Amino acid sequence: MADFLGFLGRYFLKRVAALGRSFLMMVNALCARPDFKRHSILLVREIYFIGVQSVIIIIVSGLFIGMVLGLQGFNILKDFMATGSLGTLVALAIIRELGPVVAALLYAGRAGSALTAEIGQLKASEQLSAMEMMAADPLHRVIAPRFWAGVISLPVLSLLFTLVGIYGGKFVGVDWLGLDDGIFWSAMQGSVDLLDDLVPMVVKSVVFAIVCTWIALFNGYDCRPTSAGISAATTATVVQSSLAVLGLDFVLTALMF
Amino acid sequence: MKYLKTEIAVGFFVLAGIIAAVVLSLKVAGLVLNSDSDVYTLHAKFDNIGSLKLRAPVKIGGVLVGRVSAIRLDPKNMTPVVDMEIQASCDKLSSESRASIQTAGIIGEQYISITPGFYDEDAGTTYLKNGDYFEDTGSALVLEDLIGKFLYSAGSSSKKDDGKDGAEAQK
Repeated sequence: MADFLGFLGRYFLKRVAALGRSFLMMVNALCARPDFKRHSILLVREIYFIGVQSVIIIIVSGLFIGMVLGLQGFNILKDFMATGSLGTLVALAIIRELGPVVAALLYAGRAGSALTAEIGQLKASEQLSAMEMMAADPLHRVIAPRFWAGVISLPVLSLLFTLVGIYGGKFVGVDWLGLDDGIFWSAMQGSVDLLDDLVPMVVKSVVFAIVCTWIALFNGYDCRPTSAGISAATTATVVQSSLAVLGLDFVLTALMF
Repeated sequence: MKYLKTEIAVGFFVLAGIIAAVVLSLKVAGLVLNSDSDVYTLHAKFDNIGSLKLRAPVKIGGVLVGRVSAIRLDPKNMTPVVDMEIQASCDKLSSESRASIQTAGIIGEQYISITPGFYDEDAGTTYLKNGDYFEDTGSALVLEDLIGKFLYSAGSSSKKDDGKDGAEAQK
């Protein structure tokens, strides 16, 4: 019994300590005098790496998810003679849930794991320590630009995903299955509201961006400096980010809609 | 000034995001940019507003002329009051006009339909101005009440004459 309690207690303390280290890392990385001249080029490079290179996967998945929604929705709505609501169905499903969530999951898999592996490798080959020796704080030079790049990129990716997804639904519903173009758009416009749907969507994806990037950066920064450690950290990033996104999505939906 | 390829790609990326946001708000959310510039507000008291919602459309003969801006309860006599913003271009509504809550389709959204009344200065009618109340209003049709009434009347008439009821349904 005492063994079990000891095990539980040590595990819990380890987790709390890791949480504390991750907060310290974030606070130290972000609370610094901004140096736009030198850091903007780092930021641009990271946005290119995190955002631009994820565009293809985001657009292809958005297109197919929108098309599948259009197809399934059409087949079900047909039974109720309500195919006019297909635009509403596709737009609300993608804007409220699928857009931010699927984009964040893809982001965690595509960019988050890469961030963890990269920073883990920097740590394993002691380049972070080398930077400290040269009086360049690795938190400001490595962590902070990646964090801001993630926070900027994921909302943009979510918006692209949503737009492409809605056009995918339109492609199937209107161009293939023969729904009327005007009814599709006007039903959508009648039920989607800027403040009630689009703004919460952007808020969601900013929250997901902060959480996913934070998890990815901390797992890399805190990993055991071995190849096994890097691989464990990368796995942990994907698992933790996905669970955090799905859990937070429920909380945010309950709060905002 | 020469820019890196990376910078150009990032610029393109951010621009695509901005365009996506604009298209989503204009095309998908149907945002109208010059909406709140030239409107005036009218009020109407109803007995029952059904499930009328904020921003529900206000129509004259099916044409959208405004939106519901507020729904509140008059604290004195406990009747619902609906505020609606009407486009300033349609300012020739006489005080005899009727505002009624109608439903688009059987289970559709509810909206306010205005039926313009006659205008005759000798009879003392005026045009409605900002802040005026509609004198003549029609409440929402509550489907449950309607079904209740129908069942009540169907039950009483079928007792009288079953054959006649069937014949009417045939018509």
